[in-house]
Amino acid sequence: MSTSELAPDSGDYEPLVAPAHKVYPKKVDGEFRRIKWGIQLFTLAIYYLLPFVRWHRGPNEPTQAVLLDLPHRRFYFFFIEIWPQEVYYITGLLIIAALTLFLMNAVAGRIWCGYMCPQTVWTDLFLMTERWIEGDARDRIRKDAGPWTWRKIREKLTKHFIWLLIAWWTGGAWVLYFADAPTLVHSLATFAPGSGEAYIWIGILTFTTYVFAGVMREGVCLHMCPWPRIQAALTDEYALNVTYRYDRGEPRQSLKQAAALRAKGLPAGDCVDCGQCVAVCPTGVDIRMGASLGCIQCGLCIDACDAIMEKIDRPPRLIGYDTEMNIKRRACGQPAVYKPIRVRTVFYAVLIIGIGGFMIFTLATRGNLHLNVLHDRNPLTVRLSDGDVRNAYTIRLSNMKPETRRFALEVTGAAGAQVEVVGAPRDAEGRIVIDVGADQTREARVLLTARGAPADKTPAPVEFTAREIGSGESVTARDAFLWP
Amino acid sequence: MSIDQQVNKVRIDPLSGVPTTGHEWDGIEELNTPLPRWWVWTFAATVVWSIAYCIVYPAWPLLHGATEGLLGWHSRTAVVQDIAALQETRAPILEKIKNAPIDTIEKNPELLLAARTVGRVAFLNNCAACHGAGAQGAKGYPNLNDDDWLWGGKLSDIRTTIEHGVRWDADKDTRSGTMPAFGRDGLLTPQQVSEVADWVRTMADLPDALAPEPAGEKLYNDNCAVCHGADGKGNQSVGAPNLFDAIWLYGSDKGAIVNRIMQGGGGVMPAWKGRLDDTTIKALTVYAHSLGGGQ
Ligand code: SF4
Ligand code: SF4
Repeated sequence: MSTSELAPDSGDYEPLVAPAHKVYPKKVDGEFRRIKWGIQLFTLAIYYLLPFVRWHRGPNEPTQAVLLDLPHRRFYFFFIEIWPQEVYYITGLLIIAALTLFLMNAVAGRIWCGYMCPQTVWTDLFLMTERWIEGDARDRIRKDAGPWTWRKIREKLTKHFIWLLIAWWTGGAWVLYFADAPTLVHSLATFAPGSGEAYIWIGILTFTTYVFAGVMREGVCLHMCPWPRIQAALTDEYALNVTYRYDRGEPRQSLKQAAALRAKGLPAGDCVDCGQCVAVCPTGVDIRMGASLGCIQCGLCIDACDAIMEKIDRPPRLIGYDTEMNIKRRACGQPAVYKPIRVRTVFYAVLIIGIGGFMIFTLATRGNLHLNVLHDRNPLTVRLSDGDVRNAYTIRLSNMKPETRRFALEVTGAAGAQVEVVGAPRDAEGRIVIDVGADQTREARVLLTARGAPADKTPAPVEFTAREIGSGESVTARDAFLWP
Repeated sequence: MSIDQQVNKVRIDPLSGVPTTGHEWDGIEELNTPLPRWWVWTFAATVVWSIAYCIVYPAWPLLHGATEGLLGWHSRTAVVQDIAALQETRAPILEKIKNAPIDTIEKNPELLLAARTVGRVAFLNNCAACHGAGAQGAKGYPNLNDDDWLWGGKLSDIRTTIEHGVRWDADKDTRSGTMPAFGRDGLLTPQQVSEVADWVRTMADLPDALAPEPAGEKLYNDNCAVCHGADGKGNQSVGAPNLFDAIWLYGSDKGAIVNRIMQGGGGVMPAWKGRLDDTTIKALTVYAHSLGGGQ
């Protein structure tokens, strides 16, 4: 049976776009609400406090655990430091994030939407504030419909002021990820010159937070976010979703009628049509009409319905996490089955583990030393006055360790060409010594000079090796020596 | 149809309750749905914005110039400010380059990198037109990557050349020394020019050199050796090139050499002192020196 058959007959005319109506979600308590509070506290705490967590990396290195240092083009995440050329780690992270979203969806629907999405978390925070100042849904509806009184004005002003305060703090925490947090807080608080850009970003994020969480709320999920559309295409009949068990609930009727029917031994639905599930829904969805794009699966209607079931002494979870498959099976009197391990969940899990494992492996084994060689383009070769031939190269030696390191440069190939590095004379042992500062890249100009030109003018392969003096750790890059 | 008639015809669509525009095509009517409120507000905001923009920024063209705008903003002032801001960020390192003795810059990695960066940009802006983007040179314009220097390849020599130019009459300290036009001015006959050219090509060990006439050597010693030296090694104080090496500014075939002896003269390079500041010239010097041929 498809869900549309469950929808109450809405007449022969169905509007294309639902008329906008304001949602006044009612307060609710219960298992899922408590889980949501927990996750909310946890995620918000991470967001607001993480910039202040310190991590020691070595002298002259930033001490912030998570830092996006745009001016110096470094990304720090605890013990990991990412340079711009390693941005593919971010790509990997995004792929893992998407796959995790798919996996969560295959197991239990829109967990992300219901509990973890910033849109949900901040909207919840704003709703909490609203409830605290203006009262629960019933009061708010009454006040909004009523005339403007001083009290109403005062309450509205307070609410928007606190909303703006939260939004401002949110924007403020955001910029702290891009500079040393305590220093930035200090310079922002003292209006130190040079923090103008930070103020602008705080302003932008204050605005978006206020608008998304205060004004648009469920509108973001309904009209802006792509995930509900993708999610609907990805789900299957074995995925747990917040579901109304119409096989148990229908036909709806009052408690008295149901009791009378049951006394006669006739089947009676458990839903008493109290409307509580709709009243608490943050997106104004009636879950009894079936799965819908508007339902973010926050589970609050489960709590609301469970509370009613307890009062009327019927078993809980008339609304609960259920699968499409089980609805069908129960309708035919078959026992429910749960299949969390399916092709798709295994597939996602394998991909996540595979990509994650590969990333961890490359991160753990990546060198902290890189060498790039760039042959001069213009001129490719230089003829010297005595007929010798010279090729010039620009090498870049990157030291990703937090300490200065000393390297000896060796060049092999090119028929015993003479090696010279501008500004790097040879030491007593005849080595070309190049120092590279902690966490820095050093550029050097290397000149190779070959005696005369051979008859055979095929380019000769050249190998550049930078070997750390002491540890012997080395890195190699290849290029070619060309003849005029 | 007049507006009034239209108004009289307004029909409310029974399904949506929205008035129609009165237009109808094959039974399909057009709803006159009002614009969404957010759209109207956005539109109003853009109108307000554009009016404010006209007032605070230069906007309306007048016969001479344009309205000034309350902010006094000017694209030229903005550029000047940007340049000033840029100079401020560069100031510390430029200051270091300025204060460092020129022969210590290459030994300091930080200064070398900065000087080469500043120097390369200055080179591309000012010198590349003649010497080429990679300083590879061209016929008549020396390649600065090689080790053959007309006026000296030490840092101090290069700096002097950049500062005062070559045969740049407007600068009294310019590098001067001009080869006579032996052929054109009749100092040598075409036959003699040919003989000298053959002699030079032999001494330079060019692969296709003809067996020289002894007259060539004598002519060379009488006319050329005073600047280019009896050994042909040239003389950097007058910009006389080494004739017996492998590098030929104007080409090594006989025609090119004959042409040089006939015409004489030499290339011209502007003096950059005064046009570029001292720090930039210093950076340019280090850049040219570090290309590979510096001595
Ligand atoms: S629909 Fe989009 S914005 Fe809304 S909760 Fe889900 S992911 Fe977040
Ligand atoms: S229908 Fe239930 S689970 Fe879905 S959004 Fe509303 S309250 Fe949350």
